[in-house]
Amino acid sequence: METRLNAGLAEYLIALGDDELILSHRDSEWCGHAPILEEDIAFANLAVDELGHARLWYELAAELLDEDKERFPDHLAYFRDASEWRNVQLVSLPNGDWAFSVLRRYLFDVLEVERLRGLKQSSYKPLAEAAAKIYNEELYHVRHGRAWLPRLGLGTEESHRRMQTALNDLWPFTPQLFQALPGESELSGVVPTTPGLEAEWRTKVVADLASANLNPPEKSNPMNRPRTQQTEHMMDLLSESQMVARANVEARW
Amino acid sequence: MVRNPDSRGAISLQDIWRALDDVVDPEIPVVSLVEMGIIRDVMEVGGRIVVKMTPTFAGCPALEVMESDIRARLEKMGIDLVDVVRALDPPWTSDWISESARRKIKQIGLAPPQVHGGDFINVLDAPVTCPYCDSFNTTLKNSFGSTPCRMIYYCNNCSQPFEQFRPL
Repeated sequence: METRLNAGLAEYLIALGDDELILSHRDSEWCGHAPILEEDIAFANLAVDELGHARLWYELAAELLDEDKERFPDHLAYFRDASEWRNVQLVSLPNGDWAFSVLRRYLFDVLEVERLRGLKQSSYKPLAEAAAKIYNEELYHVRHGRAWLPRLGLGTEESHRRMQTALNDLWPFTPQLFQALPGESELSGVVPTTPGLEAEWRTKVVADLASANLNPPEKSNPMNRPRTQQTEHMMDLLSESQMVARANVEARW
Repeated sequence: MVRNPDSRGAISLQDIWRALDDVVDPEIPVVSLVEMGIIRDVMEVGGRIVVKMTPTFAGCPALEVMESDIRARLEKMGIDLVDVVRALDPPWTSDWISESARRKIKQIGLAPPQVHGGDFINVLDAPVTCPYCDSFNTTLKNSFGSTPCRMIYYCNNCSQPFEQFRPL
């Protein structure tokens, strides 16, 4: 591919990797704290999956930019400041209630599966291959989330209330999910258009939520910021996730 | 053919495959990487041995261990020039787990994945047999178990919780 396309696709892949890595970090925070043992284990493993996916996207970006495949992912993860990250705001929001984390995962995973379905058809073969691998794994993520919607949404009065509160808090951050990603405008045929994924996402999500007696808020104030803008929570998150790597940059792991 | 430096003669690719059958899956040490279908190919390229492997799961934390175990096993037979390469295509499927591995997995109380013939979605709701009492009366408790490749089930017949290696 041409250099210009390479740079655009690398930007796109780094944004995808950023989404996965930040979500992975938030999910990993439940390790040792989740409300039941099975979910403690499940969230740790979901986080491991996303970490692996982030690494795959970053490695593909490294190839396109002619960077070292081993070192570039570490550079991206550990040595960028908040302003250099391109993840959506949804994934960096602090955990709080467990209902919030389950629902966030679900909202994100449904989109991811839709996007991967398109990426599997990419004309750039290494991308299509990675997408096929990740797609299979993400189907299990959606399955996990979908199992919890009715359990909590139709469980007790309290569990329903907490799920609906989580949905009200998360919903304003969903429009940003459908903004074109960095580099995307030049990648026709290589990646699916992100705005084009919204209709399918909305149909699936609204149906699943309704079957769990949950409803998106009628009035919400959309937080549709560009991906170059991060929440204030990113600083805290990065200071924790990057602390060890930055403490000794020469360390070998 | 590769010359063996300690002069035990030439080593064939078949010898290498046999040796690699000693390298166990770090997370299920009763089965080998060959039986799991993780090692896809062994080639000689310009005097180097290239071992092609594919991850079961993209984020599998055991990948580095597998690579160094492969190198260590081949070094033991005097082969130092080894490249372990990772390939994603075709993506690993649990259908590649051999019959022998399925038996061994079951013996340690881990239910083997159902054979699906291409699309694992079709078997996701199919019953899973309890590895302890062979009952079909089992219930899925969680689609994530102690590793990303396992799910948690409960046997309603013998009251034993158990894990299944996920179909993929």
